[in-house]
Amino acid sequence: MMAAKKTVPVKKVVIRAAPAMKNMRVWKFGDDIDTDAIIPGRFLTINNPDELAKHAFEGTRDEFAKKVKEGDVIVGGRNFGCGSSREHAPLALMGAGVKVVVARSFARIFFRNSINVGLLPVVCPQADKIADGERITLNIRDGCIEADGKKYPIEPVPVFMQGIIDAGGLVEYAKSLKEVPACTR
Amino acid sequence: MTATIVEKIFSRKCGSDIRAGEVVMAPLDGAMIHDITGPLAIQKFYEMGGKKVFDPKRIIMLFDHQIPADSIEAANNHVYMRKFAAEQDIHNYDINEGVCHQVTLEKGRAAPGEIVVGADSHTCMYGATGAFATGIGSTDMGFALKFGSLYFKVPETIRAEVSGRFPKRVGAKDLILSIAADIGADGATYKAIEFTGKTVRKLDMPGRMTLCNMAIEMGGKAGIVAPDKITWEYMKGRRKMKPFELDSDEDAKFAEKRSYDVSDLEPQVAVPHNVDTGVPISKVEGTHIDQVFIGSCTNGRFEDLAEVAEVLGKKKFNPKIRVLIIPASRDEYLKTLKAGLIEKFVKAGALVEAPCCGPCMGGSFGLIAPGEVSLSTSNRNFKGRQGSTDGKVYLCSPATAAASAITGEITDPREV
Repeated sequence: MMAAKKTVPVKKVVIRAAPAMKNMRVWKFGDDIDTDAIIPGRFLTINNPDELAKHAFEGTRDEFAKKVKEGDVIVGGRNFGCGSSREHAPLALMGAGVKVVVARSFARIFFRNSINVGLLPVVCPQADKIADGERITLNIRDGCIEADGKKYPIEPVPVFMQGIIDAGGLVEYAKSLKEVPACTR
Repeated sequence: MTATIVEKIFSRKCGSDIRAGEVVMAPLDGAMIHDITGPLAIQKFYEMGGKKVFDPKRIIMLFDHQIPADSIEAANNHVYMRKFAAEQDIHNYDINEGVCHQVTLEKGRAAPGEIVVGADSHTCMYGATGAFATGIGSTDMGFALKFGSLYFKVPETIRAEVSGRFPKRVGAKDLILSIAADIGADGATYKAIEFTGKTVRKLDMPGRMTLCNMAIEMGGKAGIVAPDKITWEYMKGRRKMKPFELDSDEDAKFAEKRSYDVSDLEPQVAVPHNVDTGVPISKVEGTHIDQVFIGSCTNGRFEDLAEVAEVLGKKKFNPKIRVLIIPASRDEYLKTLKAGLIEKFVKAGALVEAPCCGPCMGGSFGLIAPGEVSLSTSNRNFKGRQGSTDGKVYLCSPATAAASAITGEITDPREV
């Protein structure tokens, strides 16, 4: 297991590695936002994040790619990133300058892909209360999102993924490993 | 100590008791990459400092999403992967064999008790053999290619017990669409779904593949059917293995148990734009359609096409709509050809294409225009999945697709 030796009390430390992210403009989305919506299949021959970003949400929310700015945040509902395993989805968002995605819940592969590539997925059960266009701050120390004077708690990242987040993604984490002893827990 | 089949697979691989919730760096028996997610995975492998893959014999490589290359970019991705295969001594099935999941199973590259990953969400289909198989992203795949292991949080299991006899023209696809509607699009997130019960025990391998294929549509990490006589019969000639016992203990700790009776199940149709929207066909009968797609890893096997032929009988497909039939693999294509069905389909007005993903992912050919409606035997009906985001995709069984292709509107296959 990856971060077993560096045991972290989950309740105290929510997302250690992420810097404070303040005043992020919200792009609000609903439930079950699938990876086909984030980046349609016809663009998957592209592997470059900046190029992918030009087609993010094409056909479902065309103004996104045109108006998104560095440091904006995506806020979704339930099951964000469901469907295809395409890593082009988190890459397209990163290419657009998005560093954080907040949602009530995430689909498994998207969640894991995001952490692996260095996009921070944040589970916030009350994400529905955050409005489109609002400015929010991710307050890591207090484990919450601050929006319009209110605080919405966020869930801790699974401890075993902390090591990958700390390293800045799985590529950097893997570089530090010479071999991986199978069946370690 | 009792255990689920998934817990047993991880425990067997590691030689110690492992239970759901534990995180383990598990050794991999196989890793599959295709033309869409492969190039990124290879890129990540190199970025991680990868020089030699962990074991070329355990890597399954093929192209199926954009074949034959439909753009210069796709052709370039193919070239990049071919180069990697040659450099690493990996056998590449290239564009010749068909849809990745079907080919992986046909070639015996996933087997009971194994742990297999694929850089594609429908990798969960290999669970039909009693393997633990899950879809991963490209960076995870880069890691898997380099180290031959990957960290897993061992999932809890939802046990779906199925009883009853399928009515005529109702089958595995109708069952899994009704299960998806019951469990919901995220009802199995982080969990495995084990399909069991008398109906599953009688179900053939193609039917089991259809069930396991769509576990991901409920957020599932894996779908799995415990191996039995039918499984071991399928493995014959594909893998040299001595059959062994592998099943969940009856009193194992399950996340939940759900039971389904198919005796009165109607043909199901998932309406746009989510997969968990399955309704009995009576609710959507008569819906206008522009294109019917019969194929994909979900329902492009010989048995599916044989049922299409049965429903078709001596009739013709409606000339006002396009009917695309794409066998899931070269083997399935040949079986269909030898049975005389390809000729029958072509004469009835269908366009039969060579094995590939076809319109399923909306990245290649067979796309729909704004306002158009596709009826499809594939696995996803998300907005824009098969072309325009102003189009609609309905999902159904091969029998329903065939009946509808004859009339030109969504039609109950029991009435044709």
